[in-house]
Amino acid sequence: MTLRIGSGAGYSGDRIEPAVELAQSGRLDYLAFECLAERTIAIDQQKRLKNPEEGYDPLLEARMRAVLPICLEKGVRIITNMGAANPLSALAKVAAICREMGLGPVRLAAVTGDDVLDQVRQRDLILEETGQPASALGSRLVSANAYLGAAPMVEALRRGAQVVVTGRVADPALFLAPMIHHFNWGMDDWSRLGQGTIIGHLLECAGQITGGYFADPGCKDVAGLARLGFPLAEVEPDGSAVITKVEGSGGRITLATCKEQMLYELHDPAAYLTPDVTADFSGVRFTDLGNDRVGVGGGTGRVKPPTLKVCVGYVDSYIGEGQIGYAGPGALDRARLGAEIVRERLKLTGVRHSELRVDYIGLDSLHGPGLSRPATQPYEVRLRVAGRTETPAEAERIGNEVETLYTNGPAAGGGVTKGVRQVLAMASAYLPREAVQPELHIQEVPR
Amino acid sequence: MKLRELAHSRTGDKGNTVNISVIAYDEKHYPWLEQHVTAAVVKAHFGELVKGEVIRYQLPNIGALNFVLKDALAGGVTRSLALDAHGKTFSSAMMALELPPPPGSAA
Repeated sequence: MTLRIGSGAGYSGDRIEPAVELAQSGRLDYLAFECLAERTIAIDQQKRLKNPEEGYDPLLEARMRAVLPICLEKGVRIITNMGAANPLSALAKVAAICREMGLGPVRLAAVTGDDVLDQVRQRDLILEETGQPASALGSRLVSANAYLGAAPMVEALRRGAQVVVTGRVADPALFLAPMIHHFNWGMDDWSRLGQGTIIGHLLECAGQITGGYFADPGCKDVAGLARLGFPLAEVEPDGSAVITKVEGSGGRITLATCKEQMLYELHDPAAYLTPDVTADFSGVRFTDLGNDRVGVGGGTGRVKPPTLKVCVGYVDSYIGEGQIGYAGPGALDRARLGAEIVRERLKLTGVRHSELRVDYIGLDSLHGPGLSRPATQPYEVRLRVAGRTETPAEAERIGNEVETLYTNGPAAGGGVTKGVRQVLAMASAYLPREAVQPELHIQEVPR
Repeated sequence: MKLRELAHSRTGDKGNTVNISVIAYDEKHYPWLEQHVTAAVVKAHFGELVKGEVIRYQLPNIGALNFVLKDALAGGVTRSLALDAHGKTFSSAMMALELPPPPGSAA
């Protein structure tokens, strides 16, 4: 009766081989891939606006080609939010791959309804971060996606889908859905939904619980990070579980890795809000069972929140950036002189910017001068100047002014890099549940 | 002694807020951490890097503290001009915090 769920990706660009290893050797029932960061869907929405066939995860095809034949042969069902801004195109892509690889008969499903851009416009929702209504963004508004819960994925599984592709859903719901389906948990069984949510939360970042984002030589050693194994949970009907990984894979699972991941992106441990439940992690207990096996129990929950969170993406500004390196005696003084020159040049040439940031990489770029307190002069330092502008042309001028330090600036500056990027910023808004209507699409691929 | 000798840490981000865990290697040191690693101490340690309030949650069940630092990511992950827009490296700053050695420790 134990349910085995693997985690095949912790973000869109993640490694693919550990997912193949899990599919091959994890004796899984389900393999879930969490691939949507906050901003990913806005970037994908822009791709979709340029080409209506696009807007799903760029690695969807590579991942599916790698794991689909193994999963279908072994009866492992796949759940993923790689549909991103275009779950229906993703569904068509997966179907095409199945046909081409001769994997039919197979039943596929897509979940839509998370795209609530129209509702956000009609209701002119207030954005939490800016305090302004959505209409204030005008044509800068790019995307609005509500976090859906597990229900439409559970329905897809009930109808026999072997692959379920979604857009924006709550990350832990990708893992909670198979638990609800398999154990027939009630959608108001808050305690089990809360415990299932902690398991999903522990798994959703893949390698972050098996020793990734953890190693610190001498304090927290981890072997085999180049062939890091991704995690799987062995879930019991009451929701208790063991977190483990494929034997022989790299990394480790210990109390320490589990505790770090439990607190990752967590605020109030007693109120972790999801579309399915207000989960309570404050009583979670871990048990070290040895051999990369850790038991987890004690999670619970309360009634789900009345509203759904919406991620609103908008074009905010442009960032222009340039970097140049200095070394040897006086390196830092020359970098500082370079920074002064760039500031003055931007003023002289009238490059408008709302914000400018100067970093000395190798000295204080990550935590600022207050925390950094360097003991000695660094042998080398890299000057970085980044500024926010309204237009890409002005952003480009910032990098150019760093570049002109080559021939017009301090002695011996080398290795200039420069770039411009559009800033797609994210804000939050809230919609009543009734305003969001998930829709399920089933597609059969015959033999 | 540095906090790094008693505890480990990880940073997570949400918008313009970061959370930083402080987890005792040995749960017997948890009360010491609870006593010395307060929200006020953390707020002072991070100084100008954190513009907003610092909230501390206690998790004696796993021997850990969870700090939520508001207005700490120079406008938020998606807008920030910072190199480390997520604040992924902030846990390392936390580990540099100085605190008195717990009674009975070799340090």
